[in-house]
Amino acid sequence: MTALLEVSDVSKRYGGIIANSGVSLAVPEHAIIGLIGPNGSGKTTLFNSIAGTHAIDRGSIRFAGQEISKLRVPQIARLGLLRTYQQTRVFRRMSCIENMLVSERGEASLAAMIARPGAGQRERAIELLEFVGLASKRDLPAGSLSFGQQKLLEFAMALMGRPRLLLLDEPTAGINPTLINGLVDRLRRAREALSITLLVIEHNMRVMMNLAEHIYCMARGEILAEGKPAEIQNDPKVIAAYLGESG
Amino acid sequence: MNVLRNRLAIRAAIIALTIAAPFAFPAFQIELTFLWIMIVFALSWDVMGGQAGYNSFGNIAFFGIGVYTAAITQIGLFHDVGAYTAAAGGETLSFTQAQYFIGLAAGLAAAPLVAMAAAVVLGAALLGLRGHYFAIATLGLGIALGELAAGWAWIGGSSGLQVPVYPGGLNAQHLLFYFLSAALGLSAFFILHRLYATRFGLVLNAIRDDEDKAEALGLATTRYKIAGWCIAAGFVGLSGGLMAHIIGFIDPREVAFAGATFGVWMVLMAILGGKGTIWGPVIGAAIFHVTRELLWTYLFAWQNVALGVLIIVVVVFFPTGLLGWVRQRWPRLFVMKATSS
Repeated sequence: MTALLEVSDVSKRYGGIIANSGVSLAVPEHAIIGLIGPNGSGKTTLFNSIAGTHAIDRGSIRFAGQEISKLRVPQIARLGLLRTYQQTRVFRRMSCIENMLVSERGEASLAAMIARPGAGQRERAIELLEFVGLASKRDLPAGSLSFGQQKLLEFAMALMGRPRLLLLDEPTAGINPTLINGLVDRLRRAREALSITLLVIEHNMRVMMNLAEHIYCMARGEILAEGKPAEIQNDPKVIAAYLGESG
Repeated sequence: MNVLRNRLAIRAAIIALTIAAPFAFPAFQIELTFLWIMIVFALSWDVMGGQAGYNSFGNIAFFGIGVYTAAITQIGLFHDVGAYTAAAGGETLSFTQAQYFIGLAAGLAAAPLVAMAAAVVLGAALLGLRGHYFAIATLGLGIALGELAAGWAWIGGSSGLQVPVYPGGLNAQHLLFYFLSAALGLSAFFILHRLYATRFGLVLNAIRDDEDKAEALGLATTRYKIAGWCIAAGFVGLSGGLMAHIIGFIDPREVAFAGATFGVWMVLMAILGGKGTIWGPVIGAAIFHVTRELLWTYLFAWQNVALGVLIIVVVVFFPTGLLGWVRQRWPRLFVMKATSS
């Protein structure tokens, strides 16, 4: 089985702090993979490394067979590897529908630049807004939405870009508990309907156990354990990392 | 359909007014010409400053490039430019009527093209910078080019360049440049209005709101920024070409690369009216131009102080511009345009 995303032996340090050290993981095509770990264990750093936000010190990151660790953020995104942020990032002064339309993955050719968004694009944007339950807010500025709604919008924006692999950084944080189940369901449906692969950082264990097929647990910048959700849940090393070691 | 008919009616009215104005107010012909140029200044500054959130203090450079390009092209087609400037205005080197108009057309065609080429080069160098760093980097552009022009004897150096004299009556000249300026102002308005509804406009707004996010979506933001600056440079460069003829004499520092006047006004007018909107720069230019002319008339020698006060008042009390202020007070007037319909 060749993985869609292969991270091997990636290290990244900020000054004296080793944020990632020899991290390796694999995300097979069409899978939902989880990434857990206590705060400060290096999960978001790893996401930033994969998405190209910063250069890595050592190791290799391959996406669909291509080395991407030297590419820049937009280049990686254009290959179909998109991400969402822990603190949501939407275009606050633009309406939701405009947020969606601008997220369409388009070539930067002159003709594409001066084209008006077509009816097909608009239809797809509204469909995806309906999918996350924001269709009624389509003409409101994105900045006026609640934090949870902005997260959903950001998710829909990522889907608009037709990703092959989507990195989600804490998709349920700040979302109303009753909406969380709906979100888990949507993530699964997105995988089926749009045939995308997901790598998810999540602190909500209940969500993670329901969603992920395979989980990596990080602690102090390293992969501490990996396995099926049930295995991870009962792994003494994982429990110790979360609750503190007792000698 | 009603909306469409209304829009057509409004456009027809604007064009009719534009054509009638110089005949209805012959005493204000030159003022109206200047007003159109000011509108072009504000609209073109707003492409980057308002829509993309990239404040440029260097757009005056493209204006100056347009000023010189138009004049030099016109002269250079028929005479040696060095000889022309050495003769200080061509007492001995004159133009036939045909030469004048061919040169004028060629100059006005070349002005925006050269300005746009300059924007591509400067943009590639500077538009990798973000936000304030870009603004600071553009500060010196106009000054540097002004000094260069002042030191270049071939184009007249610091003693300036006399633009070829119009081969007809003064009245005809005023009308011609009024209509050319009006055509430029209207084209800038309608072209930008249309452009902002395209993907290009959306991406500029996305860059303004969160450039990192735009990049994370795969958008080649630098390319869009360069294209945006290029469009601004095209309009402002052409306005420079016209201004060379409207003023008639090019001083490198006081006319072409006049950063302290035209260069500041561009920014001020867009902010005064409300940046990031299509009507804001137009309203800002109109109010500013009228105010400035009144100050000039009634506060002679104090006009720059009054202008300074105006700048402070705008920035302190109307940070989002007049249009933004009206929008905040009466939001119902501005029901968000339903892009989905």
